[in-house]
Amino acid sequence: MAEASQFNRHIESYVDVSRSSAQQGASLDAIISLLKNDVVTIALLVRDMDMYLTTADNVIRARGILLLGETLMQLHSKPLENSTVHSLITFFTDRLADWRALRGAVVGCLALIRRKSFGVVSADDAVAVARSYVQHLQVQSLAQHDRKLCFELLECLLERHSHVVTSVQDHDFVYGILAAIDGEKDPQCLMLTFHIVELLVKAYPHSSGPVSSYISDIFSILGCYFPIHFTHPTTEGTDVTKDDLSTALMMAFAATPLFEPFAVPLLLEKLSSSLPSAKVDSLKSLNYCATKYGTDRMGKHAKAIWSSLKDTTYATGPEPPSSFSLDSQDAMENEIPTEAFGLLEKMTSLDNGPFVSLITSDEDINTVFNTISSYNSYDKIPLHNKRRLLVIGHILYVSAQSSVSSCQKIVECFLPRLMEGLELSLDSTSSHLCNSNGNGVLSRRTNFGSLYLSIELLKACRDLRISKEDLVCRINSQNDTWCCLLQRVCGPLSETFSSFLEKNEPANDDYLCLAVKGLQVLALLPGGNLLISNSTFEVILGKLVSVVLEDSNKIYLWRLALKALVDIGRFIENFDEVDKEMRYINVVVEKFAHLVSSTEFDLPLRLKLEALSNVGRSSLKYMIRILLKLEEVITTNLIAIYVEGNITLAKTTSQLLECYSTELIPWMQSNEGSEEMLLRFADSIWKTIESLPLTVCVNNKELLDAMIKVMKLAVACCGVESQNLIVNKAYSAFSSITSFPIPLEEFKLTQEIDKLSNRDDLVLSLFASVVIGLHPQAEVPNLRSIAHVFRGFFLKGNVIAAQAYGSMVNKLNPKSSVTETLEVFTLEQAIDMIFSKDSLDSSDDAITGLAWIGKGLLMRGHERVKDIVMLLLKCLLEYGKTSSLPLKQYSSDNCHEANECFPSVAESAADAFQILVRDSDLCLNREFHAMVRPLYKQRFFSIMMPLLESLIVNSESPLSRCLVYRAFGHVISETPLVAILNDAKKLVSLLVNGMSMLSNYASEKDGLYSLLLVLSGILTDNTGQEAVIENAHIIVNCLVQLIGYPHRMLVRETAIQCLTAMSQLPYTKIYPRRIQVLQAVSKALDDPKRVVRQEAVKCRQAWASIA
Amino acid sequence: MVSGLINANPVVYEKKERRQRPASIPDADEYSAEAIDQLEVFDHVRDIKDPEHPYSLEELKVISEDAIEVDDRRSYVSCFRVTFTPTVEHCSMATVIGLCLRVKLMRSLPSRYKVDIRVAPGTHATEAAVNKQLNDKERIAAALENPNLVDMVDECLAPSYA
Repeated sequence: MAEASQFNRHIESYVDVSRSSAQQGASLDAIISLLKNDVVTIALLVRDMDMYLTTADNVIRARGILLLGETLMQLHSKPLENSTVHSLITFFTDRLADWRALRGAVVGCLALIRRKSFGVVSADDAVAVARSYVQHLQVQSLAQHDRKLCFELLECLLERHSHVVTSVQDHDFVYGILAAIDGEKDPQCLMLTFHIVELLVKAYPHSSGPVSSYISDIFSILGCYFPIHFTHPTTEGTDVTKDDLSTALMMAFAATPLFEPFAVPLLLEKLSSSLPSAKVDSLKSLNYCATKYGTDRMGKHAKAIWSSLKDTTYATGPEPPSSFSLDSQDAMENEIPTEAFGLLEKMTSLDNGPFVSLITSDEDINTVFNTISSYNSYDKIPLHNKRRLLVIGHILYVSAQSSVSSCQKIVECFLPRLMEGLELSLDSTSSHLCNSNGNGVLSRRTNFGSLYLSIELLKACRDLRISKEDLVCRINSQNDTWCCLLQRVCGPLSETFSSFLEKNEPANDDYLCLAVKGLQVLALLPGGNLLISNSTFEVILGKLVSVVLEDSNKIYLWRLALKALVDIGRFIENFDEVDKEMRYINVVVEKFAHLVSSTEFDLPLRLKLEALSNVGRSSLKYMIRILLKLEEVITTNLIAIYVEGNITLAKTTSQLLECYSTELIPWMQSNEGSEEMLLRFADSIWKTIESLPLTVCVNNKELLDAMIKVMKLAVACCGVESQNLIVNKAYSAFSSITSFPIPLEEFKLTQEIDKLSNRDDLVLSLFASVVIGLHPQAEVPNLRSIAHVFRGFFLKGNVIAAQAYGSMVNKLNPKSSVTETLEVFTLEQAIDMIFSKDSLDSSDDAITGLAWIGKGLLMRGHERVKDIVMLLLKCLLEYGKTSSLPLKQYSSDNCHEANECFPSVAESAADAFQILVRDSDLCLNREFHAMVRPLYKQRFFSIMMPLLESLIVNSESPLSRCLVYRAFGHVISETPLVAILNDAKKLVSLLVNGMSMLSNYASEKDGLYSLLLVLSGILTDNTGQEAVIENAHIIVNCLVQLIGYPHRMLVRETAIQCLTAMSQLPYTKIYPRRIQVLQAVSKALDDPKRVVRQEAVKCRQAWASIA
Repeated sequence: MVSGLINANPVVYEKKERRQRPASIPDADEYSAEAIDQLEVFDHVRDIKDPEHPYSLEELKVISEDAIEVDDRRSYVSCFRVTFTPTVEHCSMATVIGLCLRVKLMRSLPSRYKVDIRVAPGTHATEAAVNKQLNDKERIAAALENPNLVDMVDECLAPSYA
């Protein structure tokens, strides 16, 4: 009973218009949840609402009916009995006549008709709704939201019960719809309107249907919306855009072929308008309608469409480039020509007769064909003819490649004329050029236009998707003249193009580019050797290769030729042309591979490598050949350098290695089947290393770095199996040739390391890079002694050994020791080894090395990282304290001396924290398979903060405090902001103190800047602001001080930005600081740097206006 | 106040593209100074809104980069001369525009700069009077005591702080 009374109260609250809309919404939700949980039934609801639904008070009745309607809207998936649905829909249908309470009735009808299951509206009821709708609703006179509801109801009726159109007598349903939608202006309603029309005409597609007699009326209502011009910003709650409306209207136009007599003329008329968006819309709609209306209907308009298309493309085609060699005409960024050519393609592919013959018999095209042959170079063609030439080229290309039959017609019509223009014989009996008599290949009759158009035609044939079998049978059957024509043309054309590239015939650049493009198109023609014989193919490749080898001074041409070769390579690979592949490998790949070692061509090494890697990337087969050659060259060079002392090769070799690691390895990573090559490469490098003599006099840093990089990457890209092979190989080389014995005795180590030879250094570095790249699962032989060696070296200050050691401790499996052999070296032991002797040599590099090891531990989340941190802090404090140098305050004269006031060991201990937390690309990252524990940075941050905080408080000398702040800066600036925000309150004062401290030293500008960035992060975050408010005064003091910081512009700029952000804080907190800030910022108006002055103006305004 | 606008239909010109300054190398010239030049002054005033239209002074060509001259001859005090062109000769808004320019530059330039603001010769009916008014600091100070005027000026200046 309590529920029932509550229920009534909700109803009352909803119906009462004096309540706020939030209260009404809440009571509606309450009612719905009661109904959903079956506490009350619909029948009970109706009975309870009896009075509200029938009262004579218009307002209350409207609310009551709306409540019922809204409730039903929310209960769309609740099962209802058919009889309930029937009585409800009858009620709402009747209520449609009640214009004072209309919204509820419409919502109710809509809710019921939308139901998909568990009680749906019967067909008869739907008819009744439709009838009532037509009789009683004056949609046009309603407000926007009600209109929208009415249209939704109509849309839903047509979607679910399209039979209503015929069932409502005398066609007046259609008429009613038209009356409702006529003159609609609201975008959301228009979307519905267009859809309604689409549904309506789609329901009765035949010319005898009930809709047909209204077609012209419907179209006159629709047509006036085209083209849609709608520039309303989308921010005002409506999410309808111009594109949505255009698409909806287009769908409506294309809904029935019956619209064709009206739509096509309208669209063509709008196509000639001057508004670009109208043109684009008409072209899109024509394209879409053409598919729907069908060939016959569109055929009637073919002529009109062709002439408008021609005009449009002429008028909007791309501006012809001043020189053909600079062209970028493939990039059609303009929308109108793109759409126009799309329509052209659609039209030619739709019908195979009339439209294509329009093109072939077109006057304009014929005129252009006749005129172009009189110009023999590109720059002599007048501008408007250039434009026509380019447009016609594209028209021919698009229309020919759309279907086989159109291609046939166009090629048959135009190709002979072009050949005539070029004076190439098409006589099948003589396969030679007519104009090649003597040396006048570039004869008077060679003309640019004809060549250009022939390339476009050939391009169309290339892109025409035609199967090889089909092509063969077409050529053999002889009655397809176009294929035979093509076959005959290809040879002479390729000779013509090749002749341009002859060295002794200096043709101009336009011709050179044309020739390269032409040869590329010819080489890519489909059909194996039917069109292009294998020998011609080889000639073409030879020509292109010679361009690449010899024409590096014309970089555009060079790139074009290289791209042509790469495309050809890719094409052969994709279409599996075995014959051509062999030739390609012989002519192109072998030659390019040979390039690396030969000095025959004076191509810069950079370009050689570019050519090499591009060709290699087109297929694995080519890549393998290139890799083999590269490997061979690298190993020979290495021997030459290290054995014969030929130091001149060092630069070249490091470039080769660099290319290997930056260009080729990433490609191999993403392509299957190249792991073997990497394995081979690593192996042969190690073989070379093994063969080196004991004394190597060369010590080239650049080369060594390149080798380390390539080795790390190569190992990292291999699978575990291959890694095991490599590491074994490397280990055997390592242990056999180093001058110190492995495993070596602890006490000997230090002496041995001191007399390290160049070769040992090389071997050690390479071995370390192998270890860095390893997977955690890979097995390292004789772990213990390797660890000893690395440790020995890192204590001596060898950083790469430290990185390798760090990688080892990061990747060692902590549990493996239990189950596997005793020999397996465990993580604990490794760590113990670090701390076993307290003989940490306090050189800078050793501390850096320690940081790398710490990073390895930190990333896997090992707790021993704490020991390393303590060790680092100890170094920092000890050396910071014992510094005999007096602390120098900043002054502009001695800022350089100020750098020297920190002892270097303490400084590197502070910087070690940066190594610990910052992501590195040298080692210990995902690429090198490091084990990374989630949130390790946050964890480190929470361990470090209390430590550092107490150190800061307790440190006696300002110098060591400054260093602790530096370490603090490194940790905090690498920690994600989220973690910092949690502790913001505590950190803000630390940050501020740190900044004031660091701002005294010119050398600490980086640290200062990173702290300032953290502060600005806290300032701009909502959760951080609370902490800022509490400390507002100290922050302002500090920032004001930083405005004058002379050593870095970014610090001043950021400080002022932070102040600007602070002006948004609560008035009471910041008003006392206003004068202070304004005075400081006024000084910044005279800052030497412009950016700072600009920020100062903004900041001054922000603070001035809080008063 | 007369209802209706003084120039109901001004010609609106296109904004000039902001000239990009060559990016300075961050570390190399950390300590070198970049002098305040005419482009910088122009950047301060170009976005000031016209008092009666929703266009900037730049769009109405009331002010242009060439109309700002730098006078560095006297080393102890630098001087800028800003010349503006009212859209119509009898524009009663000229003083308001001048006041806006004055206030904006007062707030944006260091105090050691002297700013001379004038109407372009021959573009305004009461040229001399306007010039005198705009360069009289007593009258400027008095104008800024008037809350209505201050509101108006602040409204015009708002876009230039964006």
